[in-house]
Amino acid sequence: MLTFSAFPPGHTGTLPPKTVTRDEVLTFAREFDPQPMHLDEAAAAKSLLGGIAASGWHSCAMLMRMICDGFLLDTASMGSPGLEEVRWIKPVMPGDVLTATYTVKEARLSKSRPDMGVVRMFYEVMRQDGETVMTWDCTHFIGRHLVSGTGSPPYREPSRTAGKDGDPVPDTQSAAPPSP
Amino acid sequence: MSLFLEDYHRGDAIALGTHLFTAESIKAFAAFYDPQPFHLDEAAAKSSVFGSLSASGWHTAAVWMKLMVAYELKLTTEILARGETPGRLGPSPGFRQMRFLKPVHAGDIIAYTTSVRATEPWPGRPKWGLLLSDNAGVNQRGETVFIFIGRVLVERRTPLAQK
Repeated sequence: MLTFSAFPPGHTGTLPPKTVTRDEVLTFAREFDPQPMHLDEAAAAKSLLGGIAASGWHSCAMLMRMICDGFLLDTASMGSPGLEEVRWIKPVMPGDVLTATYTVKEARLSKSRPDMGVVRMFYEVMRQDGETVMTWDCTHFIGRHLVSGTGSPPYREPSRTAGKDGDPVPDTQSAAPPSP
Repeated sequence: MSLFLEDYHRGDAIALGTHLFTAESIKAFAAFYDPQPFHLDEAAAKSSVFGSLSASGWHTAAVWMKLMVAYELKLTTEILARGETPGRLGPSPGFRQMRFLKPVHAGDIIAYTTSVRATEPWPGRPKWGLLLSDNAGVNQRGETVFIFIGRVLVERRTPLAQK
């Protein structure tokens, strides 16, 4: 089990590859993003993407699974305060084989929780022709220690407030919409 | 928002509806996409930082999209029923500043909103522009659990003059 100290700045790695299947693209799109560009071959051919493509949210979910299988399930993960930016650069199509790399951009201890580290990570997802299809600038909370027998850090009353650990949090207040 | 880019004005806000996150749906999503113990197993979640079973942030986000698409479909249908032409929505180049502010626990009902933040030109595509939106999910206790700035291409009614 990996803890915070395993993720120093500059640490890099690769994630296990993922083959995108047509069934998975359609299943995700039917439930969460039923737009023609993700579901309908004829309509998708006329769209800006040029063919049926995975929902960007599906691409995110696929990368999340690659991260879990790559290292996160073997890490003292304490969740995530969010992502600074996700870029959908090229469409992800059925049949594509995705690979991904990660690089630790910043690692520091939490100010509010001394048992927790804050790790800023950059992910880059490539398809089989080497083109970058998606990037994430993302923050992980990772425990500094393990508690014997539990395999994860102990529960404490969460203080998951924006701005404390999810840095940088520019403009968060203005990002919230007005109350209806 | 199946309108043309010119129809969006900063501050225009829309309630997209609510969604109940059941334990079954949280675990089903997690099993496919985010099988961390606190998203998958009540007992493991209890001893984790979340305190009880919690939805993957990507589940919370995907439901925003689900409600957004349903709203778009309703609006497009209304526009067509009036005999008018809806503006087309294009792809999204991504999003910014997504924050998971509070866990979404099993049984939580999240109310989603979207509002217009700004519109911008999109280089190289005079028939399209970028719509920026402020989006949020609020739970049944009134706590904002999730926010992000959306970015999506929207068709212009009148293409920009080419330089």
